[in-house]
Amino acid sequence: MAPFGALLKRGGKRGAHRDKAQAQADAAEPPPLPPPPIGDEFAVPVREYVRPDNQLQLSEAQLGEEMPRMLTATNPTAPKNLARFNMKERCFKFDAMVDQTVAHYSSSGWLLHKSSEEAKKQGDAERAEAEAAAKFQSEVERAAREKEAGMDVEPPDDSRQLRNRFNFGDRAAQTFNYPLREGGTMTEPPPTATTTGSCSAWEVYDEYLRDAERQRAEEAAKPKGGARRPSTAAPGHAAAAAAPPAAGAAGGGSTLQGPAAEAAAAAAQRGGAAAAAARGDDDGDAALSAAGPAVAAAAAILDRMVVQNALADVAMDFKYWDDATDSFRPGEGSLLPLWTFKCPRGRKHVTSIAWSPAYTDMFAVGYGSFHFHRQTGGLVAIHSLKNPAAAENVFVTASGVMAVDFHPTFPNLLAIGCYDGSVAVFDARRRGGAPLYQATARSGKHSDAVWQVAWQEDELQKTLQFASVSTDGDVVLWTLTRSELAPERLMRLGARAALAAGGAVAAAAAAAAGAEAPGGGAAAAAARRVGGGVCMHFHWADGREHQYLAFSSEFLASFSGHGMAVYSVRWNRLHPSVFLSASADWSLRVWDARRAAAGPVLSFDLGDAVGDAAWAPYASTVAAAVTDDGRVHVIDVAANRLTPLCSQKVVRSARLTRLAFNARHPILLVGDSKGNVTCLKLSPNLRRSGGGAAGAGAQPHAAAAPAAGVGAAAAGERFEAAERQRLDGVLEVALKGRRAAVAAAAAEAASGGSCAAA
Amino acid sequence: MASSVTETLERVQKHKGVIGVLVVGEEGQVVKSTLDEAQTADYAGLIPGLTSLARSMVRELDPLNDLEFLRIRSVKHEIMVAPRDEFVLIVIQDPSAAQ
Repeated sequence: MAPFGALLKRGGKRGAHRDKAQAQADAAEPPPLPPPPIGDEFAVPVREYVRPDNQLQLSEAQLGEEMPRMLTATNPTAPKNLARFNMKERCFKFDAMVDQTVAHYSSSGWLLHKSSEEAKKQGDAERAEAEAAAKFQSEVERAAREKEAGMDVEPPDDSRQLRNRFNFGDRAAQTFNYPLREGGTMTEPPPTATTTGSCSAWEVYDEYLRDAERQRAEEAAKPKGGARRPSTAAPGHAAAAAAPPAAGAAGGGSTLQGPAAEAAAAAAQRGGAAAAAARGDDDGDAALSAAGPAVAAAAAILDRMVVQNALADVAMDFKYWDDATDSFRPGEGSLLPLWTFKCPRGRKHVTSIAWSPAYTDMFAVGYGSFHFHRQTGGLVAIHSLKNPAAAENVFVTASGVMAVDFHPTFPNLLAIGCYDGSVAVFDARRRGGAPLYQATARSGKHSDAVWQVAWQEDELQKTLQFASVSTDGDVVLWTLTRSELAPERLMRLGARAALAAGGAVAAAAAAAAGAEAPGGGAAAAAARRVGGGVCMHFHWADGREHQYLAFSSEFLASFSGHGMAVYSVRWNRLHPSVFLSASADWSLRVWDARRAAAGPVLSFDLGDAVGDAAWAPYASTVAAAVTDDGRVHVIDVAANRLTPLCSQKVVRSARLTRLAFNARHPILLVGDSKGNVTCLKLSPNLRRSGGGAAGAGAQPHAAAAPAAGVGAAAAGERFEAAERQRLDGVLEVALKGRRAAVAAAAAEAASGGSCAAA
Repeated sequence: MASSVTETLERVQKHKGVIGVLVVGEEGQVVKSTLDEAQTADYAGLIPGLTSLARSMVRELDPLNDLEFLRIRSVKHEIMVAPRDEFVLIVIQDPSAAQ
């Protein structure tokens, strides 16, 4: 045991079990070792004794003195007076048995006691292992021996043998790793197409319709196939019959593929046309020319739209403009020029104008020439107010057209009379082309110019007839048969006209066919006019009487009074016995057939040759006339019996030749010698009628609206009766005034009354 | 009859305020045009689509019905469209220029 105060300082770490040996070495106090060379870390460390300063200095004797120490089993720190409560005796008692044991050091180890159970087990296990090893070894050796002896034996099973785990080597080899590579190839993409389709109700409907049509076609083709062998059937039919099933098979029952297939077929059919269209504009024209009539109609309507847009202000005037100054200027009126219709080809005279009885915006204009020496080809143009820029239809004739008339109940039939004496009937609907009927020299045409044609109503035979009057003195009734025009001479004016030389107005039939046969001074001008058709048109109810009289072929009365050729006579549209005559002697006269002997009831001096005159359809007292100086005169005998309400110049440097009132609108057409037809709107003062509907130009009367209801017809009759009375009243007053004048003149013994009764 | 379509269209072209006349075929190919190429392409590309849409609307309301005309009034122009058979006729007009 080392002295208590000696502390040991060591260089390395040592285990605790070597402390005892170290202590013995210290006690021996070997001489200090030489200091190890620097860097020799494995040398024995240097020992150095260090004494604290306050250590007792003992002598040798003291050091050698023996100090006996005793070890007792008594634990000095164990409590001696430990008291515990004794539950049995119910008091505290000292505990006699105090544990004196103190463990200063304890350590668990690997050592086993030989006699213990655990050691016995361990010994058994070691023995069993040794035996097994020995047995295995012996087997290995035996196997080796037998192998050496050439026997084929299996090696001993060493699976249960523990291997030497420290003498075990693991070997591995790695083959070469190829790096990953990506490679791809693509086929040519399959052809794709985008198809779209829609399926709406109307497409389904169309498809059903097409299907029904196809089935009809199939059924129509079937009896033929049954009657004859299929090979003898026409190839077209065979193809048509074969195609639909094929299309059906291709369709596969889908409704959407059907139209697609048909569209493809149609596209293939039309491919040629489309390719042609792509080549150029001329080819486009060719493709357009091949288009159906629907395209032409669409183009015509587009034309109308464009013109209406361009002339929108005129259309507004036509509909809504009224001259406001009329309200404080009674007894005067004005005319507003609206559209102008030009002659489609060249400059010809407007020789006749006729409104269509069915369409209030449509009218026919005949173009020709009034000059005897400058005759040109003729033209009939059908215009519409809806398109002033271009005629709806144009018919060309060899000779100048002098008269046109629409059939009142078949408004597509247009009768014309030409300067060479021929008459013809055109279908107004058919574009261009030849007339339906034409009277030529062979079929008995007139020998001189036809001045008027008028359709007749033949209620007995239900045939279509029209009358024509010509300068050759004949009034001929033409009947439309299946193949030609059959002429029938109604009367001959020639002899009469010759007799009536010196200016006579002849009117046949009091209430119906009126004819005028003026000598006109010159021998060339004989009969000019027949008013038969016109009269008949207006005196609807008197048809029977008219027919009788018309066929009687005799003049009932003739009226003389004009000093020069009479250009026009017109029966009043509302009064059965009053008519109007326009003459080259500058006068416009109103006659009463009941007072033939009395001469003209009224006479207006218009200052120039009067080309044409017409009664207004809306009032019995209003009439209009055109003169050669380009003026339009509107008279209202109820308002003013001496001068016209309005004398307005509407064209410059042209003679006005014809005029026509529209049956429904307050407009007037006037034609001039330059081929222009001007549309004029009447101001409110010019369209006053006697009835309650004053100023209503659109007043429908029985003639304009024959198909109107019973109430309307009754109203129309009342209106007509009132108008007749009004005109009668005016004429009565006029006659009184005239009689007074005549009486005064007679009293002055100044004979030379201008009128003589025939 | 046959040439009357081209005649009528030529007449339309001469009217006041008409900017262009265009005839487009069923597959959108231009059959006839008086406009320059760019405008022709614009109109021919856009209008038939509108027309077919309008026609579809009309027929959807009543399958027995059909579209007759299409009139488009814009601030500057009026476009009149007439779809017929295999053609679409288009007229572009400036109404203010006509007055």
